[in-house]
Amino acid sequence: MAGVATLLAALPAVPLGLWLALRGGGGAWGRMLLYAGMALPPVVVGLFLYLLLSRSGPLGFLGLLYTPYAMVLAEAILAFPLIAAFVLSGARARVEEVRLLVRSLGGTEAQVFPTLFWESRRTLAAALAAGFGGAISEVGAATLVGGDIRHHTRVLTTAIVVETRKGELEAALALGMVLMGIALLVTGLLVILERE
Amino acid sequence: MRPVLWAKGLFHRHGTFCLEVEDLKVYPGEILAVLGPSGSGKTTLLRLLAGLFQPERGRVEGGRAAYLPQAPPLLRRSVLENAAFGLRLQGVAKREAWERARRLLARVGLAEKARQPAHLLSGGEAVRLALARTLLVEPEILLLDEPTASLDPANVAQVEALLAEAALEGRAVILATHDLFQAKRLAKRVVFLYLGQVVEEGEAKAFFQNPKDPRTQAFLQGRLLP
Repeated sequence: MAGVATLLAALPAVPLGLWLALRGGGGAWGRMLLYAGMALPPVVVGLFLYLLLSRSGPLGFLGLLYTPYAMVLAEAILAFPLIAAFVLSGARARVEEVRLLVRSLGGTEAQVFPTLFWESRRTLAAALAAGFGGAISEVGAATLVGGDIRHHTRVLTTAIVVETRKGELEAALALGMVLMGIALLVTGLLVILERE
Repeated sequence: MRPVLWAKGLFHRHGTFCLEVEDLKVYPGEILAVLGPSGSGKTTLLRLLAGLFQPERGRVEGGRAAYLPQAPPLLRRSVLENAAFGLRLQGVAKREAWERARRLLARVGLAEKARQPAHLLSGGEAVRLALARTLLVEPEILLLDEPTASLDPANVAQVEALLAEAALEGRAVILATHDLFQAKRLAKRVVFLYLGQVVEEGEAKAFFQNPKDPRTQAFLQGRLLP
């Protein structure tokens, strides 16, 4: 679920980060908004999404509340600013030399974008890792919009909360280890990608 | 002979710095050295001529130009991919671009290193790679910003040989340099810039033997200019 949310968030976040880098960083306000997004409280995101998706909300007709789709959406919203900000930060460091290189060889401004994308691929791996980390460790929004329904919308993080509350600390710890293992595995894969 | 590049009434402002060039023509097959102390506007002039900056007034007419910055950026790719990059930008198919890049890498002595990551090259090798990449796009005008500033004598000789070869092939080479000996060795004509103005321009021999402007004389004698 966190992987899907990360990819979903990356689709608009990566181009946005690159575009802002090409536009001189998006200005102080743009960057401030993006960085503020990195500190979005998950519960608040969950609450807004809940209001949107609840039966009386504007998107209630979609019937997404208490489904895995709503949880993916919440996690994607949380991962989006993380990925965009990481990409922006990495691409900003390279944009001038990439632009100079492309233009000095007779290339067009439109050719700067794909070159910058490829040259920022190491940052992309870090950005995806950050986004995935934000998504997989999320509890508040997932509980609010997923409802923590057993065999339906219960995820590892919410299951850890439930087991701890029940006093089943061994089960909670085991789930915690599984969560850590998944996080390590995915970030490990991204580190390998980064090195490549 | 028709000039391959003609700058007319150029004026460019960058902060408090202004660059003005009334009339500058460059012909095919000639090497023009742009001399001047630091901050005189050599880089700005080259970038204007390359079309990387838009002048506030005036215009640059000419053929296809390629510019080699003082610290040429290398992509995080192999030496071969770096060399072929300009061709790929032009839409040349990968196989053909790589083939042509391989041939030029052999000419600049980097054939053995074609597959290794470009960031592992030494400073001299990196400049030769960047020069190869620039030459591969077959520009009519080659603009180089102090390409040998940080190189050892052997690498300087190799780069100079490549520039002389490029001129023999009919390319116009515009070379910004601090190295007076290099300008003497390579250039047919010289432009001397000072505080954004062309102070003196002429045939290299006359320029070095009989500089007319007192600022040029001071520069050639190694005296600090005010």
